[in-house]
Amino acid sequence: MAGADPTAAEPAEEAAPAGTPLAPMQAAGEAQVAIHTRGLTKRYGDFTAVDSLDLTVRQGEVFGLLGPNGAGKTTTILMLLGLSEPSAGTARVLGLDPARSPLEIKRRVGYLPDAVGFYAGMTGRENLRYTARLNGIPRVAAEERISALLDRVGLTDAADGRVETYSRGMKQRLGLADTLVKDPLIVVLDEPTTAIDPTGVAEVLELVRELANGGVAVLLSSHLLHQVQQVCDRVGIFVQGRLVAVGPMGELAEQLGGGPLVVEIMPAGAPTTAAETLRAVGGVTAVEPDERDPRLLLVTATRDVRADAARALAASGQPPLHLRRRGDELDEIYRRYFAAGEERAA
Amino acid sequence: MSAESTGLAVRRPVKKSRDRRHRRPPQLVTYTALDPDVRAPRQGWRIVAAKEFADYLSSVRFVVLALILGLAAALAVYTASAEIRDAARQVSGHPSLFLALFTIGAENVPAFAFLISFLGPLLGIAFGFDGINGERTEGTLPRLLSQPIHRDDVINGKFVGALSAIGLLLAAITLVVAALGIVQLGVIPQPDSILRLLMWLVVAVIYVGFWLAFALLCSVVLRRAATSALVAIALWLVLTLFSTLLIGLIAGAFAPLTADPTPAQALANESLQVQLGWLSPSRLFEDATSALLNPSVRTVGLVLPIQADRAITSILGFDQSLLVVWPQIVALVALTVVSFAVAYVAFMRQEVRA
Repeated sequence: MAGADPTAAEPAEEAAPAGTPLAPMQAAGEAQVAIHTRGLTKRYGDFTAVDSLDLTVRQGEVFGLLGPNGAGKTTTILMLLGLSEPSAGTARVLGLDPARSPLEIKRRVGYLPDAVGFYAGMTGRENLRYTARLNGIPRVAAEERISALLDRVGLTDAADGRVETYSRGMKQRLGLADTLVKDPLIVVLDEPTTAIDPTGVAEVLELVRELANGGVAVLLSSHLLHQVQQVCDRVGIFVQGRLVAVGPMGELAEQLGGGPLVVEIMPAGAPTTAAETLRAVGGVTAVEPDERDPRLLLVTATRDVRADAARALAASGQPPLHLRRRGDELDEIYRRYFAAGEERAA
Repeated sequence: MSAESTGLAVRRPVKKSRDRRHRRPPQLVTYTALDPDVRAPRQGWRIVAAKEFADYLSSVRFVVLALILGLAAALAVYTASAEIRDAARQVSGHPSLFLALFTIGAENVPAFAFLISFLGPLLGIAFGFDGINGERTEGTLPRLLSQPIHRDDVINGKFVGALSAIGLLLAAITLVVAALGIVQLGVIPQPDSILRLLMWLVVAVIYVGFWLAFALLCSVVLRRAATSALVAIALWLVLTLFSTLLIGLIAGAFAPLTADPTPAQALANESLQVQLGWLSPSRLFEDATSALLNPSVRTVGLVLPIQADRAITSILGFDQSLLVVWPQIVALVALTVVSFAVAYVAFMRQEVRA
């Protein structure tokens, strides 16, 4: 089914595992879709690297594909670029099937591989020139674009030095310039912040944001959550080949479901009296003092009780000084998803 | 499910799907409009080949190989020209003094043609052993493959680029040798001799191409450049140094010779040896060389005394000499094509990631 024609998929709805029409259709108010996959699967023998992945990335959006190493992120990317055949499911990049029109896709998708490398004996500029030639960009236009890009990533001074003299961070920046040489509609960055210093990370992320603001769709794969959370419009948590949750950062916790909701509260008065008040709030199942900080109370509830808890505390004359829902932070979400993912796999 | 059982409700056709999790409400998808003017280059392999060629010309290995081969060739031709002067005094009317430059060796100094037959493989190996795995270790392969070129453009471009550099090197050295010879001997080459030399050059490039393709195969299959170089060199040594020995052994096993072999036994053994020689690129190249560079060679391979009896020694024209070794040349092309095809298939089937 991997090679199914988008137009042919419609009448075959009965049989196709991905019954949704993939053909371009008019939709009012919907952002244009850059990447769309349905049940995308890659198996190596008995091992399933990517397990029926459903993914949608729109133009102008930064989508973070987050997961531990070996989760299948790079495999997914390779399938999107037509560099690896899917075992099942469909993928559409810019409406094209990667298995059928890889060149059209690769002409418009900039890909920064994990641990990107350059020809060490050539200069940075020569490396970019080669990429421009491979993309069929006319010489004069390419020269201008390369100079502009080198300037943008701050490599103008080093541009005519051999790449073997570059630092890791410089190579990473050259890699970013390299993905942009073809003026892509989609940029796929595989672990772009690994092995570079914090300043470099900030620069890379700033560039990513700029790209998205310019209408480019960015698919960013990373295992370093803290670094990328700030630029991602939406993230997908990818564990052992499965996308366990997708959505904007704030919504991920709700998607997790199942797990209890924990709110930490620092009341103005004595924690014990505040605890009594909080237990009376509907939906609260337990109130425990925090082990590390005795001033904090951890309220476990079946629903979001923040507003009610604050009201109740204020009414009883112990207004909360601090109130925060635990699990809002990416790291905690991530840890929970990882646990969930591993349980499912077990 | 009750609505479904009545079959009356207006609904989308609900299939009895085995994997229900794939069923989703229809989602409207508008894909990004594509600019039809943005196109991938038509011949990606040319771009790869041009880059590889330029890379090789400025590489250290090219300069070193050019120096070594150049020096060896100069020595060979210098000795040869001295030999020829001695020989020419005795045998006036040698078919082509000019070509003799390339084929006459002396004690301790091999002839130029033999030099190429011996060192040619090394040339091919040196230009191919890290073709693919070098890109892998440098981390440039995923980047290269994510550009709008076909996957085979990479290996085709590498082969063509390297073979062009090899061709240039061989042609340059041959020309230098020819020039030195002209100066030393004062012989102006005849058109026939020039044709022969050009044809020999083409065959030499094909011969080196076999080893280039084999080295590329090693670089596809083996992850480390050092391992790939060692394997390629090992096979070269086995085939070049021990091929005669190996062929003799195999022929001895299948067509054994007794202490006092009958003519039939000897013939069977010899024929088998000749046939096995078809698998040895260096044997094929040497056969082709002998006829191409020597107009008086009328046959290569097995000649029975009865066939040679009362043969009139005469000189062949270029086309006739070419006919004599045409099978050898075709076999050499075939070996090179097979060698490259194996490398090609191995590369195409490989996953991008290790």
